Amino acid sequence: MQEGVIINNISNYVLPMLVFVILVYGIIKKVDIYDKFIEGSKESFDLIFTIFPTMLAMIFGVNIFIKSGILDYIYNLFSIFKFIPSEILPMIFLRPISGGATLATLNNIFAKYGPDSISGLISSVIQGSTDTTFYVITLYFGSVGIKKIRYSLYAGLFADVIGIVSAIIVVKFFF
Amino acid sequence: MINKIWGFFIIVGISVCLLTNKISIINDEILSSGQQALDMIIKLFPVIALWLGIMKIAVTSGLLNKLSNLLSPLLKKLFPEIPKGHESLNYISSNIIANMFGLGSAATPFGLKAMESLQKLNKNKDTATRSMITFLVINTSGVTIIPTTIISMRMMHKSINPTCIIIPCIIATALATIGGVIMDRILARRCNNK
Repeated sequence: MQEGVIINNISNYVLPMLVFVILVYGIIKKVDIYDKFIEGSKESFDLIFTIFPTMLAMIFGVNIFIKSGILDYIYNLFSIFKFIPSEILPMIFLRPISGGATLATLNNIFAKYGPDSISGLISSVIQGSTDTTFYVITLYFGSVGIKKIRYSLYAGLFADVIGIVSAIIVVKFFF
Repeated sequence: MINKIWGFFIIVGISVCLLTNKISIINDEILSSGQQALDMIIKLFPVIALWLGIMKIAVTSGLLNKLSNLLSPLLKKLFPEIPKGHESLNYISSNIIANMFGLGSAATPFGLKAMESLQKLNKNKDTATRSMITFLVINTSGVTIIPTTIISMRMMHKSINPTCIIIPCIIATALATIGGVIMDRILARRCNNK
């Protein structure tokens, strides 16, 4: 617990310190900090309007796919791999497509098996070592109007696979 | 590509619901997805507005430039196409650093700014450049050193050692990032040869 409290305290300091340093440095360099803040902040309106349709499309598509229950069949298919605890399969398949669904799954696993169980540990590391590839791609490319994403999805998913496989191996090795 | 994946998700989803007699789910989803997207945007909006403001100060004062000088040897290797001193390098390095500290909220606005400035270098405005893809791969593989969200979730569930996952996370993230970048390089080369 002690360590957890310390790390949490450190991360509580990071954001305030960042703002503090940026402002102090700005004042030293004689920047009109207030005017610049307003100027930068105004840009967010355009950005939000550009990314809303992309986000809507993504959530709509991903939700229909997940809610249809098709993943349950895929989990059954993959349950033959005995070295992967079956309860973490949703973590693996949801991780690249939905951040919200993954956090909910992680919560379930913690509640049911405990955060220090092997499944809890693997899920924690999967959560920490990968990101929602599909979300990142649609959000970042959508914000600048890129339509031809070329090989980015393959490279992104490949990174996810490596992350997930290493998570399982590293946890089994460490604990 | 996005066309196909998006269509695939929806068509497969609806087909499965039709076959398993769960069509009411689709009805609910059609009505609620809009709301969910709006909720997400509303949560993201103030964070982006705040950080774009703060970031403007850091850009004007030259602080962001200093930061990216720190990472420049690494960035030069990862993004050989970006001209030296280009503003996108500043945003990319801030994004990577914010991600490392688990500051997801700050990382997203930096990332969006990075894409915007990478787009200025792009000749085909609707096609992703190699630098953009490399940047995306680094982002999707996490690069988190302190995974704050998970640690706090583990504490909430009364873990006996909430932080014991930090080292395994760093190893897995590092491998994912390295693997992703290598894959990115291989695919980029193959694309160029075509």
